[in-house]
Amino acid sequence: SRRSSSQKFTAYLHSILNFFFIFLSSWWTEVQMGPPDPILGVTEAFKRDTNPKKMNLGVGAYRDDQGKPFVLSCVRKAEAQIAAKKLDKEYLPIGGLAEFSKACSQLALGPDNEVLKSGRSITIQTISGTGSLRVGANFVSRFHNASRDVYLPKPSWGNHTPIFRDAGMQLKAYSYYDPKTCGFDFKGALHDISKIPEKSVIVLHACAHNPTGVDPRPEQWKEMAALIKKRNLLVFFDMAYQGFASGDIDRDAWAVRDFIEQGHNILLSQSFAKNMGLYGERVGGFTVVCKDVEEAKRVESQLKILIRPIYSNPPMNGARIASTILNTPELYKEWLVEVKDMADRIITMREMFVSNLKKEGSTHNWQHVTEQIGMFCFTGLKPEQVERLIKEFSIYMTKDGRISVAGVTSANVGYLAHAIHAVTK
Amino acid sequence: MVTHTRNWCSVFNPSKCTHTAVRSEHTPGAVGSYISSARGATGGSVPCSRALHSWWTEVQMGPPDPILGVTEAFKRDTNSKKMNLGVGAYRDDNGKPYVLSCVRKAEALIASKMLDKEYLPIGGLGDFNKACAELALGPDSEVLKSKRSITVQTISGTGSLRIGANFLSRFHTVARDVYLPKPSWGNHTPIFRDAGMQLKAYRYYDPATCGFDFTGALDDVSKIPEHSVIMLHACAHNPTGVDPRPEQWKELSAVIKKRKLLVFFDMAYQGFASGDIDRDAWAVRYFLEQGHNVLLSQSFAKNMGLYGERVGGFTVVCADAEEAKRVESQLKILIRPIYSNPPMNGARIASTILSTPELRSTWLEEVKGMADRIIKMREMLVTNLKKEGSTHNWQHVIDQIGMFCFTGLKPEQVERLTKEFSVYMTKDGRISVAGVTSGNVGYLAHAIHQVTK
Repeated sequence: SRRSSSQKFTAYLHSILNFFFIFLSSWWTEVQMGPPDPILGVTEAFKRDTNPKKMNLGVGAYRDDQGKPFVLSCVRKAEAQIAAKKLDKEYLPIGGLAEFSKACSQLALGPDNEVLKSGRSITIQTISGTGSLRVGANFVSRFHNASRDVYLPKPSWGNHTPIFRDAGMQLKAYSYYDPKTCGFDFKGALHDISKIPEKSVIVLHACAHNPTGVDPRPEQWKEMAALIKKRNLLVFFDMAYQGFASGDIDRDAWAVRDFIEQGHNILLSQSFAKNMGLYGERVGGFTVVCKDVEEAKRVESQLKILIRPIYSNPPMNGARIASTILNTPELYKEWLVEVKDMADRIITMREMFVSNLKKEGSTHNWQHVTEQIGMFCFTGLKPEQVERLIKEFSIYMTKDGRISVAGVTSANVGYLAHAIHAVTK
Repeated sequence: MVTHTRNWCSVFNPSKCTHTAVRSEHTPGAVGSYISSARGATGGSVPCSRALHSWWTEVQMGPPDPILGVTEAFKRDTNSKKMNLGVGAYRDDNGKPYVLSCVRKAEALIASKMLDKEYLPIGGLGDFNKACAELALGPDSEVLKSKRSITVQTISGTGSLRIGANFLSRFHTVARDVYLPKPSWGNHTPIFRDAGMQLKAYRYYDPATCGFDFTGALDDVSKIPEHSVIMLHACAHNPTGVDPRPEQWKELSAVIKKRKLLVFFDMAYQGFASGDIDRDAWAVRYFLEQGHNVLLSQSFAKNMGLYGERVGGFTVVCADAEEAKRVESQLKILIRPIYSNPPMNGARIASTILSTPELRSTWLEEVKGMADRIIKMREMLVTNLKKEGSTHNWQHVIDQIGMFCFTGLKPEQVERLTKEFSVYMTKDGRISVAGVTSGNVGYLAHAIHQVTK
């Protein structure tokens, strides 16, 4: 060998010393093993399961009636168009692709919205809905000095809590879901909201509430808008399912638009993960509705200062796809049809689920399954029942009894009903 | 307490609204009285009274980003000879953005597979992470063999640094201080500061020589309190282009080990500096061999030209596989409330290139091609400066390495270059050599000579 024995010995000694140095210089001894993410952890457990009848009703990702991930045809067409242009990969601006941001805000607010006409809002491209919420949380933390409190509906999407907490805000809650009716606790919500200290932030799910699927009715939204105005609260809308809830993008954006008309200068997070199936491309938007153009400019400048040391500028691919779809009439039309189809399939699955449960002989009231809206259904199942579903039937859902109806197909809805009947009879 | 608002409405349309006295302490009914007073003053419905509340009155207009702001100013300039030497994005010899051919091939391969768009795991694309770590550490790395490191996919280099900064802030409780070289990339400061760390500095650049202040660096580093974090640019230091020589790296490693500092490497230019990916990763690999359990940020923005796709990696080298698992779990908990999971497209491209032998070969050639063109431009710039009659010592332009050159120009000179010649660079005199072409190097030399003679 090329090394003398003394060289080898030195190297050996060296590696022993390094071993001790490594041992001594463990920087992360105190770092504890953290719990798996409650939602994404479900998919990981599902993947490990070998039961052929297994069902993943955990994460909210749409599946077609064969249980397969669905890439929208308008997305494929947009991708082909983009590829043909042989575009470069230069950095986007900090606030993202301008054509995307414009179309994104128009989708939410409606193209004729006074806010857009007056230019008194700023919309920036974000890393899907989570990225949007976090930018908003950081912005509020830095600039909304009047209050540290963010009020979430009870329950809310699990990730809302660490998003606002890690951004430095305090989490509070207002009543929302009524477990007795599996519906909206309207009285409880009004009661709690009427006590929220002025200038607190209140998070509202624009449509298809996650995890419950329970949305206020228009007249209920109106009362909430009035009360929230009276309490002088800063409204933060989370709209992750526009188009996905009712199948109609304008109908799903109704609450957002009504609040703006009522004079609320809202914050708004949008996601295109579900309604365009762009999940892993990470496409979203964050909007701040301001008093006037000048304020919008100031806010924009501060958003950029905030974003630059998080990720500099957002990923281009998904924004180009979404922008192409929103700005190309034929693709936009096709998209609206595909979104409606996805929403309709989910509605059909809800109906089949309930009829199958009845066929199984279940005497419980499953009305809420067809009344709830959007991707998720709050079954009302208890943690022990959820655990049985996982262990005995390989049906995976989050511990709060939330199922992703998108994971249900005509082929497995019978098995699902059978299993749920078995644990609830 | 009543504060004045910067309210253009009341300034330009005094007859229409009166917002001057809005920011008062909370009193029940304050909102109601605000609305009625606004209406009373105008005598009717007015657009601005619908704006219920200005939440952001106190938000100041912020300054434009010093680096990205240069490009914005450049775009507004109508001079046909204008040159953008601001942001570090590679340009070919025609001054055009360059998409690597291995990237186009990888994209075609990916497109043909008709893959879905399902969420990546929180830590990103597994194949990418593996290839990313191997690229940095070398495929035979003992660290990788023993599985005592964790690499997560991140939103390019910035995203990687920020995750690292947040991780340090949360878990490196023994010290709050991060030591940056003086100077460093401008964005390092807000990255660590917004994550809750304190910024300090160690000497690095010597303006007298436009080179490495080795003595000053050793002196400062030897005084850094134990367990502090020290940031090192792995290669092609940004903004100076000044890198330590191998023997200097060795001494630095020894002092840093003696001071028990936590090393955080920023490697944004692997392959781009010398043209050789192993040579550019030498310092990182040497430090690992010496027993430093480093943090490492990698970017594929420049070396794969994937800028806007946002592809990067963050690595934590741990004591053992068990510690790596614990660290991984906490990284995921940290990442999930920032962006849930990273963007897929760029990672798929990078992963395809790194794991497909022909594409990887092509890539290595193309990276070398880019690095070589930059080296050539450095030489041409100096040649042209001499031809212009400049008597200054421009040796540093050739000695420095990577995309950037710290010209040594003063802010006033930089301002003249921008105003009189439409040559754009950052105020610190940093130019992106990647923006220089055989077509414009003469003009650049001429302009620089004019402001320095």
